Amino acid sequence: MASRRDFIKISGLGIGGLAVSASAYGFYKTLADTPPDGTKLKINVTRTPTYCEICFWKCAGWVYKNEDGSIWKVVGNDEDQHSNGRFCPRGTGGPGMYYDEDRLKTPLIRTEERGKQSFREASWDEAFDYIADKMKRIAEEYGPECFALLTHGSGGDYFGTLIKAFGSSSIAAPSYAQCRGPREVAFQTTFGEGVGSPERIDIRDTRCLVLIGSHLGENMHNGQVQEMSDAIDKGASIITVDPRFSIAASKSKFWLPIKPATDIALLLAWIHVLIYEESYDKEYVEKYTFGFEQLKAHVKNMTPEWAYGITTIKPELIRESAREMANASPSVIIHPGRHVTWYGDDTQRLRAMAILNALLGSWGRRGGYYVPEKVDLPSWPHPPFPTPSRSWKDAFPDQFNLAYETLASGICDATVPTLSKACNFKGWIVNGTNLLKTIPDRRKLIEAIQNLELMVVVDTMPMEVTGWADVVLPECTYLERYDSVRVSPHRKPAVALRMPATEPLYNSKPASWMAKELAKRLGLEDYFSWNSIEEMLDWQFKQIGTSLEEMKKIGVKTYERSYDDLYFYPGQDVEFFTNTGKIELYSTDLANEGFDPIPVYTPHEEPPEGYYRLNYGRAPMHTFSRTANNPNLTDLMGENAVWINPKVAKIWGITNGQYLYLENQDGIRSTFPVKARVTERIRWDSVFMVHGFGHDNKKLSRAHGSGASDSELISRVHMDPIMGGTGMRGNFVTFKFEPAGEEVAS
Amino acid sequence: MRYAMAIDTKKCVGCSDCVVACQTENDVPIGYCRDWVVEVTNGTYPQLEIEIRSERCNQCSNAPCVRCCPTGASHIADGGIVLVTENKCIGCGACINSCPYDARYSHPDGYVDKCTFCIQRIRKGLEPACVATCPTKCMYFGDLDDPNSPVSKMLKIRKYTTLIPEAGTEPQLYFLM
Repeated sequence: MASRRDFIKISGLGIGGLAVSASAYGFYKTLADTPPDGTKLKINVTRTPTYCEICFWKCAGWVYKNEDGSIWKVVGNDEDQHSNGRFCPRGTGGPGMYYDEDRLKTPLIRTEERGKQSFREASWDEAFDYIADKMKRIAEEYGPECFALLTHGSGGDYFGTLIKAFGSSSIAAPSYAQCRGPREVAFQTTFGEGVGSPERIDIRDTRCLVLIGSHLGENMHNGQVQEMSDAIDKGASIITVDPRFSIAASKSKFWLPIKPATDIALLLAWIHVLIYEESYDKEYVEKYTFGFEQLKAHVKNMTPEWAYGITTIKPELIRESAREMANASPSVIIHPGRHVTWYGDDTQRLRAMAILNALLGSWGRRGGYYVPEKVDLPSWPHPPFPTPSRSWKDAFPDQFNLAYETLASGICDATVPTLSKACNFKGWIVNGTNLLKTIPDRRKLIEAIQNLELMVVVDTMPMEVTGWADVVLPECTYLERYDSVRVSPHRKPAVALRMPATEPLYNSKPASWMAKELAKRLGLEDYFSWNSIEEMLDWQFKQIGTSLEEMKKIGVKTYERSYDDLYFYPGQDVEFFTNTGKIELYSTDLANEGFDPIPVYTPHEEPPEGYYRLNYGRAPMHTFSRTANNPNLTDLMGENAVWINPKVAKIWGITNGQYLYLENQDGIRSTFPVKARVTERIRWDSVFMVHGFGHDNKKLSRAHGSGASDSELISRVHMDPIMGGTGMRGNFVTFKFEPAGEEVAS
Repeated sequence: MRYAMAIDTKKCVGCSDCVVACQTENDVPIGYCRDWVVEVTNGTYPQLEIEIRSERCNQCSNAPCVRCCPTGASHIADGGIVLVTENKCIGCGACINSCPYDARYSHPDGYVDKCTFCIQRIRKGLEPACVATCPTKCMYFGDLDDPNSPVSKMLKIRKYTTLIPEAGTEPQLYFLM
């Protein structure tokens, strides 16, 4: 009989098999007076505040240190609205980022062609001089506008100041065009405001939570997962639309196992039911919205029966789930999702979701969408930034006018020289984002990189992107540095402090120091006129009635709201920031730009025979590819698997646990084999894998070759014409049983 | 005093935060664990259900590991918590084989290790690390002799099961269904 531990699906697979020398990570820190019966009590423990950098949720917490000063654990700060004193597994595993022996240890300068991880060690002075010389040359020859920053990390604030002072406005986070951008544009065109982060959704008090492909619980957006659990406690119902039986689906009253890429049809049918059963919030719609009659006419024939033929969801299920929402109205949330760049009509899908929220009257209502507030924190005074004469947008005349943030993929496209593009980028600083696993269509990304005259990568780990850099700057981890004050919108305005728990290991340094040193060499030191980051933080804190000294003790400071306006009060007159001042069911912005003012369902390409749609998502113990080498987190999940329906597996003769390769419609085969997870939890027309695995840099000793990379299989991009989002779920894969190049022609 | 833990399978999302929190709190070496997560799927698409359980030592009232320990290293401490005295343990593994829950492992330092309900924290009035960190608040801990403890309250109002009750071990880990 198999031992119980053989059934462990999620954790603890390493028993016995992975007897890695734990002392290498410094985990043996028991004290001399330890009682020998497992009741170890640590003494002289100290703690310092931080906020987490393992993901973008930025939970505030405490770093505990042992008596010898070594880092022991990280736990949540009870005062923090993001974490409520409870970190998620990634945050709890944060010390692994610090103890990871594969970290970047010293500045590096490339010695061979780009793409090879061949570097020589350099001093900080040498690295900075090299970068500053190249930056000056680029500014002279092409203009400072041809320099861009691609960032997804706290250090981006400092490099952002540097780039702006240098004379460029092209600062992009892949979290926009590769992730949440369509959602922001859809909600801006509907409600006049975006959703923001953390999302302004009142899950805690909702009566009905509707998830469209969002797999809360697997994507561990801490506050939301906590509140989903609270809502379950209070008896709220969950409706999940997902081709995969996600964890959230397993907790749902209604699971709609939708055919992938047909969501808009379902959403329009829901709108049809709400309108034609007259179960929408009439008073709210009349008072606050614009374009109801056009919407009503538009969805007239979009019945659940019509949607059934498209989505495979039975009409009764569509009606019942719509009634469930209507009964909960206005305490209902059509969850806006986060990673929503799927099929290229994503802004329209998110528009349909925004419209549903409007019909249910959930925007500005308890249990729906609250009105967030954040602290107005002044910046350290600096001279005005120069006004750039060009920006990334000049490369795309008359396109993406509704995109209010910079497109990382747009910078990438604009870097490949063409005669028609007004602004070709010549230099990039890449901070804390592994572009090779972030930007789809690797061929184009690499073409862009090869056209750069300077690429600087700032990271804590030797991610693949470092292999393409001319200079690699080793950042110390968030546990070893100060960073900008965390100022996020929430129910109550609050600030949080990150301070170093310990000195940086190796020759790693904080981004704030790097940016200031580079500024000195570029003659831009006036923009970094603080003597130390402590001085700057203390000055900022004093502007809002606290101080660095106080914040070191409390970590988080929460303020009362300026007004009692978390929700609209009954009958409140609200002016929305749209052209009409109303919630636009019919979008005048989209009409003006020549797009459908009301969402339309358009069929998407389906997988050819023998191919399956590649869906990807999150696991609760990993953040993108960022954590793939973290010793604590790889211990929980060391590789991904490809989920295959048993019927499909039978056709192919694939057994559970078998390793195989995936090949996409363009003939790209995964570099590494991936384990098959044969499971009823996935539809027969698609496969699923967790994003962020299949690293090919050997310097990542745990992550290298573990699992397969979804990113390298995403070679086809369906661009959202409204805002330039890169739809990534139009790729299809088939199964192969040999690595590329070793197959015998048949 | 009788310590016990109840885990709400309706709320647990299987994130394994309990596992990593235990590892860091108790300096459990990488590659080992005192608690783990089990996920069981039943049915065929689309009629499916998933049960997720965060499992650990059941702190049995009738503990086979304590009975079979040749040196007395395995013993029952305050509140019924089963502990191992490291320097009395000879690493023979009899307890590991006797445990129906596979809750014990051989620590690389040569003794057998297991969940202690974080007794060092309980004695300070804190919850076990897994309970304190769980993002879904799906774990309830406390004294069964105290009717107002979180665990007593939940067992009063919810249906629950225990694991392998037929082994007669009187486990003190309850799963709310």
